[in-house]
Amino acid sequence: MTGPMPISLEVNGERVDAHVFPRLNLADFLREHLHLTGTHVGCEHGVCGACTVRVNGEIVRACLMLAVQAHGGSVQTIEGLSDSGEVTDLQAAFRDRNALQCGYCTPAMLMAAQDLLNQQAEPSRDDIREHLSGNYCRCTGYQAIIDAVETTARRRRSRAP
Amino acid sequence: MTAPPAKPAPLSVLDRPNSYIGKTVPRPNLDRLMQGRGQYVSDIELPRMAHVVFLRSPHAHAKIVGIDAAAAKRMPGVIAVVTGKELADVVTPWVGVLSHLKGLKSAPQHAIAVDRACWQGEAVAAVVATSRAQAEDAAEAVTVEYEELDAVTDMRTALDPQTPVIHASLGDNLAFERTLDAGAVDQAFSGADEVVEADFIFGRHTGVTLEPRAIVADWNVAEEGLTIYQGSQAPHMVQNIAALHLGLEERQVRVVCKDVGGSFGIKVHIYADEMATYALSKLLRRPIKFVADRVESFNTDIHARDHRCKGRIGIKRDGAITAFEIDDLTGIGPYSMYPRTSAIEANQVVNLVGGPYAAKNYRARARVVFQNKNVMCQYRAVGHPIACSVTEGLVDLAAMRIGMDPVEIRRRNLIADDAYPCGSPSGLRFEKLSHHASLAKLMRMMDYDRLRTEQAELRKQNVHRGIGIASFIEVTNPSAAFYGVGGAKISSQDGVAVRLDAQGSVICHTSITEQGQGSESLTAQIVGSVLGVPMARVRVILGDTDNTPYGGGTWASRGAGIGGEAALQATKALRRNILEVAAAILQATADELDIADGVVVNAADGAVRFELKELARIVYFRPDTLPPGIQPELMATRHYVPREYPFAFTNGVQASWLEVDTDTGFIKLLKHWVVEDCGTIINPQLVDEQIRGGVVQGLGAALFEKCIYDERGQLTNANMADYLVPMSGEVPDIDVGHVVSPTMESELGAKGAGEAGTAGAAAAVSNAVNDALRPFNVTITEIPLTPQVVLTALGRI
Amino acid sequence: MKAAAFAYARATSVDDALDLLAVHGDRAKVLSGGQSLMPAMNLRLISPELVIDIGGIGELRGIAMTGDGIRIGALTRHLDLQRSSEIAEHAPLLMEAIAHVGHPAIRSRGTIGGSLAHADPASELPACMLALDATLVVRGKGGERRIHAVDFFLGVFQTALAVEELLVAVELPVAKRGSVHFFREFARRHGDYAIAGLASQAIIAGGTLSDLRLAFFAVGDRPVLAAAASKLVNRTVTPASISEASAALDKELAPYDDQQASGVMRRHLAKVLLVRCVAALLGRPELARAMA
Repeated sequence: MTGPMPISLEVNGERVDAHVFPRLNLADFLREHLHLTGTHVGCEHGVCGACTVRVNGEIVRACLMLAVQAHGGSVQTIEGLSDSGEVTDLQAAFRDRNALQCGYCTPAMLMAAQDLLNQQAEPSRDDIREHLSGNYCRCTGYQAIIDAVETTARRRRSRAP
Repeated sequence: MTAPPAKPAPLSVLDRPNSYIGKTVPRPNLDRLMQGRGQYVSDIELPRMAHVVFLRSPHAHAKIVGIDAAAAKRMPGVIAVVTGKELADVVTPWVGVLSHLKGLKSAPQHAIAVDRACWQGEAVAAVVATSRAQAEDAAEAVTVEYEELDAVTDMRTALDPQTPVIHASLGDNLAFERTLDAGAVDQAFSGADEVVEADFIFGRHTGVTLEPRAIVADWNVAEEGLTIYQGSQAPHMVQNIAALHLGLEERQVRVVCKDVGGSFGIKVHIYADEMATYALSKLLRRPIKFVADRVESFNTDIHARDHRCKGRIGIKRDGAITAFEIDDLTGIGPYSMYPRTSAIEANQVVNLVGGPYAAKNYRARARVVFQNKNVMCQYRAVGHPIACSVTEGLVDLAAMRIGMDPVEIRRRNLIADDAYPCGSPSGLRFEKLSHHASLAKLMRMMDYDRLRTEQAELRKQNVHRGIGIASFIEVTNPSAAFYGVGGAKISSQDGVAVRLDAQGSVICHTSITEQGQGSESLTAQIVGSVLGVPMARVRVILGDTDNTPYGGGTWASRGAGIGGEAALQATKALRRNILEVAAAILQATADELDIADGVVVNAADGAVRFELKELARIVYFRPDTLPPGIQPELMATRHYVPREYPFAFTNGVQASWLEVDTDTGFIKLLKHWVVEDCGTIINPQLVDEQIRGGVVQGLGAALFEKCIYDERGQLTNANMADYLVPMSGEVPDIDVGHVVSPTMESELGAKGAGEAGTAGAAAAVSNAVNDALRPFNVTITEIPLTPQVVLTALGRI
Repeated sequence: MKAAAFAYARATSVDDALDLLAVHGDRAKVLSGGQSLMPAMNLRLISPELVIDIGGIGELRGIAMTGDGIRIGALTRHLDLQRSSEIAEHAPLLMEAIAHVGHPAIRSRGTIGGSLAHADPASELPACMLALDATLVVRGKGGERRIHAVDFFLGVFQTALAVEELLVAVELPVAKRGSVHFFREFARRHGDYAIAGLASQAIIAGGTLSDLRLAFFAVGDRPVLAAAASKLVNRTVTPASISEASAALDKELAPYDDQQASGVMRRHLAKVLLVRCVAALLGRPELARAMA
């Protein structure tokens, strides 16, 4: 089949049905078909991390997945994580610490940071740097981002029952 | 909010109560960026928009014999395939020269190459289709017949008689040469106790903005108007040049800059493929989108810093530097970039070497040569990293030669803090710098003596750590001396228009632009402070030539100093206007009144008189209730241009603390410090973050980044796996401190800070590596300091 | 860069995938995790006519204990390995190595089967298979083959896998009592491909090593299980014996030049890895310092 194929998946909690060419990657699908442009494209060869989204609960590089591979799956983008409130505190920490400048890497950074915080409640600064080591930022030099993630982890721990 | 204490009118606008100036406040409007709801150019979709893919020369130098696009034109989704010849009817070529760079020469460059491709990656045809993928498919079906020509790929031999001349009309491959001879250099060297020489080699870099260059050009044939959506730092410059080369008036061109995914100078230039895109929109009468992919970015975004610089320093045994001398060679591309020219970087190197030091004897030669490689032009800290690495490297070598501590030699030679105003041998004028205060602060921040002790202890265990210091000066707030005098239509002034809206909020239009450094925030902070309204009531509009005053934009660290001053002055004027109306309404005098927290109050006791929104209501809707004869003006525009000093110089000093694994050559950056003096600081966090980001770009230069060309002029690492940029795991925390020496030229007193981090970081790292390797008698004066370079220098391989 | 157009088929079973491979041969590419295939396709370095997505084949998933071994399905993602208590307990070398494979978002998609079939000489997992004495289970229309790791990796992106075959599982012996391991790689940045690496496993008893497996990667066109290990087993290791092993290692390696490191550099780093490995396995750090 080279022609468009039907896919059905969940994106940010909404059911999506579409017809896509096999070569369309997930990042382009989200951006062009669903107009969810918060997922950014930076390199298309899986190095910069700007296209990070969540598929079936795990972070992935959307430029390295085909839209057809997401058939039957569940995708969450930064818009979804923002609207559900899942990363509100992380975003607040980013804002207060100015952990973003141009904002282009930020959706992916938030995705990766939230992924870390879901796995580790008390990450060290080195742990944070390690988990974000596949997300390129040219503006901040990373320190503010590490600070914001560290602050958020601490606040979540203090709020935890 | 407490009422301000009774006192006379404030001494300056910076002393106003509840001033945001000097405060770390979060930038406004970050939510949309954090929610993924920004609008970058690549997000823009317009009706009938088509996509362009450029077919690019695989050869560094080749005649274009013929282009056969017949098959491509028939492919699905293809709208047009356009050659350079065809496009030349729509867009005229340009030459990247400025008259004040005497002798600078360059050849005309077309938007799409016509007869000849002069670098691997130069566009030779444009394929326009309804999707990027389809355009790429069709591009594969275009056949181009090339006749390969010899390529000039080594700057060291570019001027040799047997090397082919790229542009016959120019006579040779020399784009520009500058010489300088100040003081009595030969005497100074012969009078020195030691003379140290070194060859400094720098890797060619590129910006690697995470958002690649992207534009949407929309020619509306019915309106005869062109709208360009582009992440440019200088939209009015784009407007001027697009109009000029497309045969339009500036008023027919609108340039809109919304969110920009990083620029650092990459997006301040005029690119051939972007001019081609404007022209294609005009030709095809529909919006055309061009988004460079990452491989294209590496091959066509401007490169920078490809220098080989011989340096000499004369030193007395007591530590006094007697002279500096450099002979700098840089290899650019086949064309000088437009309109800022590819000679500025070398010109800056000549200007800046030795800058922090009191030595008066300085001789320099810089030559800029054409090559068949990608074009080169201004990238963050233009020329400063080269000048600083050479200067600070020589100073450290001199210190080593006479057995003096590197901090001590700097103490003995940095220009005294009370020596200002003064000038440099290269003709720079310094209003007020603080080299010594900055150095002293750095020493305290890093606890220098403790680090030296630690270094000594660890050396006994064969662990090799090093400290590197780098002082620097930085060009900020440039006047017309930078570009305007040379004939470039690049404005050195900026303007801000502020108005009170009908609800008492403040709408502010500024001609500076935002790429994430905080232009919007600094403007809102100044307006809010000077007027006396909360920042939340200030809306800033920027990045739209239809909706802002005419200005230069944001580059060369000028946004805060120049745009900020314009905001300050415009807001002062608006405040006066408002208080005049308020005084008329209250039958008081304007001096008796003030504005605080959005409310007109008594200046003397802070008593509330009435809210700004009430004043706005009266002015806009009930002027019949005003006293007779009054014509209220609730909008004010002011422009600002630096007039006295060609540049507002800032200064700083950086230090690097690192460890070299002498078995593997790997370097671990442990810590970095910066003390920076940029005058009045509007938002400390934003300034510090600019410095940090700039430092990391310099760390990338020091250890990782290099565009690797082979001898055939092929860029061999045009992807993000092979061109190494620093990621979070490679860089340390960076401590930033400040000394404050405001400029007296403006009321705000702010100088720039955007490029300081990049200016000195690589120099600090290089010096630290050489410091670490002192026990091995090894000095390395090349970057990037890859493990291979280090091991080779150590003789381990 | 957008990939060239291709046909796409979702294989429903191993047999289904094998049928498609039989028909299309090398004009098809198997899509497993996609972390190596997709960049190459996006860059148009390869343009297969057909992409066979095996991601839905349940039979290829799962980590199970089998007698004295672990069987890992080819579709097991790196992330699954990281979360596996079986791997943590019985293959700690693999657990340590996995953390070096790319970045989290790569590990959530990349598969062990994909990594091994791709056989990038700079990648971690092929070397781990050598160090762990793994067996690769391969299936074709004609049935199943079991190939020892030492016979599987034949060159740059070349394995013993035939075009119409599919790697279905990897079998590892469980780590024995007294087992020690060492994993280190030198990479320019976190998560980058190594410029030299070593995965090693041994049994230690009474201060001597036995069953020492030294699997170097990124130092040749395939991972190298160094015969030089023989110089270090069943004896007291001294700086002299390390030198001997180092000289022997030198003869076994044929490292390549690339932009990140020259062959000479790789050779040097391999020897540094050898020294550091032996010192670590024996718990004798002074051995590493002696070589500086």
